Amino acid sequence: MLSIVVCVKAVPEPKAAEDLKIDPVTKAIPRHDIPLEINPLDRNALEAALHFKEQAGASITVISMGPPPAGDIVKECLALGSDEGILLSDPAFAGADALATAYTLAKAIEKLGEVDLVLCGRASSDGATEWVGPELSVFLDFPVVTMVREFIQFNGSSWQVKADIENGYRLVQVELPAIFTVTQDLNSPRTLSFSGIIQSRKKEITTWGLKDLALPANTVGLAGSPTIVSKLEYVESKRECEIIEGSLDEKLDQMIGKLVEAGAV
Amino acid sequence: MIDFTLTEEQELFQKAAREFAETKIAPHVPEMEETGQSWDPVIKELGAGEMMAITIPEQYGGLGLGYTVRMLALEEIARISVATAMMMQVGGLGIDPIVLFGTEEQKEKYLPGLATGERFATVAVTEPTGGSDPKGCRTTYKKQNGSYVLNGRKCFITNSHIADVQVVLALDEDNPEAYSTFILEKEMDGFEPTHIEHKIGMRGCNTGEIEMKDCVVPAENLLGPEGKGMRVSMTAISESGRAGMIGCALGLQTACLEAAIKFANERILYGKPISRLQAQQFKIAEIKIDLEAGRLLGYRASATHDKGERAGNEYAVAKYFTTEAAQKAAKMAADIHGGYGCMEEYPVTRYVRDSFVLGPSAGTSDIMKVIVSRWALS
Ligand SMILES: Cc1cc2nc3c(=O)[nH]c(=O)nc-3n(C[C@H](O)[C@H](O)[C@H](O)COP(=O)(O)OP(=O)(O)OC[C@H]3O[C@@H](n4cnc5c(N)ncnc54)[C@H](O)[C@@H]3O)c2cc1C
Repeated sequence: MLSIVVCVKAVPEPKAAEDLKIDPVTKAIPRHDIPLEINPLDRNALEAALHFKEQAGASITVISMGPPPAGDIVKECLALGSDEGILLSDPAFAGADALATAYTLAKAIEKLGEVDLVLCGRASSDGATEWVGPELSVFLDFPVVTMVREFIQFNGSSWQVKADIENGYRLVQVELPAIFTVTQDLNSPRTLSFSGIIQSRKKEITTWGLKDLALPANTVGLAGSPTIVSKLEYVESKRECEIIEGSLDEKLDQMIGKLVEAGAV
Repeated sequence: MIDFTLTEEQELFQKAAREFAETKIAPHVPEMEETGQSWDPVIKELGAGEMMAITIPEQYGGLGLGYTVRMLALEEIARISVATAMMMQVGGLGIDPIVLFGTEEQKEKYLPGLATGERFATVAVTEPTGGSDPKGCRTTYKKQNGSYVLNGRKCFITNSHIADVQVVLALDEDNPEAYSTFILEKEMDGFEPTHIEHKIGMRGCNTGEIEMKDCVVPAENLLGPEGKGMRVSMTAISESGRAGMIGCALGLQTACLEAAIKFANERILYGKPISRLQAQQFKIAEIKIDLEAGRLLGYRASATHDKGERAGNEYAVAKYFTTEAAQKAAKMAADIHGGYGCMEEYPVTRYVRDSFVLGPSAGTSDIMKVIVSRWALS
């Protein structure tokens, strides 16, 4: 039976975007008091895991690193059908960049023992670095295929997937254990069901902190993050409407001029 | 201690119902509005989405989740489609009397299919002689060769043309004091859904008449004790029936609030959104105040019901308050829209129409006041 890990991130609900505040000192976006949801692409990753489970049997463990409220997201994954949930939560994990996140996740995955498959969304809707999957690959020493849009052959230990690339796709054959980051084209994630919620009553969420993973504090969280955010600012999107006058040729000339000026062509 | 918060699990059920309503029900609303019918797809979705199983005990294939979860689910569905919530709510009214008064055989025969939505139910009490006065019932039954024979007509019945299982109140032909309740099945000889109503609102919710002409009902389909039919059919109406209308009203109020806020933020007058005008803010505040108060009343009643206590009076207060508040909310939300509030592209026009249909079902506002005054004076 396949042992699958799905990495999920609690991200701010898009509706709450206007209430997000940037911490002027750390440049981080504090997640307290904002409604969180499962990162949408992670729902595609979980859906793929649930599909494999329904096809051939699998055990699914969801891992999320985040503050305690992210436990709700793990709970939701249990209600959606995963078997086990692990929340990596510790004040020391706060402020992690992609590298420190991947490192912490990798250590937790190692602690789980034998794993055949690690599934992640291609990117998170808030950070959107797309690095966590590839960096996990380095720490776990598993091959990674990013931007998977279709699992073509998923029996045995050698899988074939179709993955996006600019202006085309790649067909990749890969040996398990492996990591796949997935796109939204892969599937349509299921919604929560009442009986799923009832079944999840029996499922427990395990919380692991710094001590449980036996990690030095300087390898995780802000301390373990080499990324320096030099600036983070609010962007106000404004639209302006300008009516171009003249003959058709004049209008076209003016418009091309404006597009060139704006760097669009 | 009083705890006014939903449990984490209730919040998850609420979220599940919201996802269900937004993804599975919303796509059907335009066609339901246009045709006034087209209820088949949403009836199927209600079954597939486990919505009909909420209050059915687990041993009969249900989820056994109780009335607060049902109210939360109805609220989320009504936020998207009051018509669909109404069919679900009355479907539950056909289920509840079987859960409460059915024999073991009746429960085993009907509940599992009703839980999956393979079968759908309703309750038929109202007659042209007046819904507020169920004792005016003219549908009769008489015993004949070990069965019952029913004759009569019921009107304003939700799910009249959909329900395979109909819980029907009738009067003993030979005893004007004895009312009994029966489980009728669509296929029974002499049973027929007839006229379909065209309502001002809740378009796409099936409401119509049924007729019994020498309809032979087997003795085992008597529901509850003979002569106690008023209690059998009215217990469910006065508890889960009112609860259901509260869920429908709260959902509609939420939809009105959201539509009002959206429009007020988008409509620019005098160089700024009208949400900055205090007159409009106050309308939004009133809708919000009523919604908050209505939720407290409704959830208090359903929590009492879930504890196994009688909650008919508490439900009557909440039913009166929320269905009246929903009409007020719809009017104010439409007012905020100015002329656009009269144009059918704006969902708020549907909310105004739907809000008028909430009142009479499961007892009019006058009847709620009759009940509440009796409670107060007792
Ligand atoms: C959309 C919809 C769906 C429905 N679905 C069902 C269903 O599935 N099954 C079912 O059995 N019924 C159903 N009904 C019927 C509903 O229960 C009745 O409409 C309701 O009970 C009122 O009855 P009536 O319409 O005959 O009005 P009446 O009882 O004739 O009332 C007329 C007026 O008199 C007032 N009134 C009556 N009695 C009193 C009193 N004692 N004191 C003061 N005022 C009084 C009423 O408030 C009302 O204003 C449905 C109704 C609607 C609108």
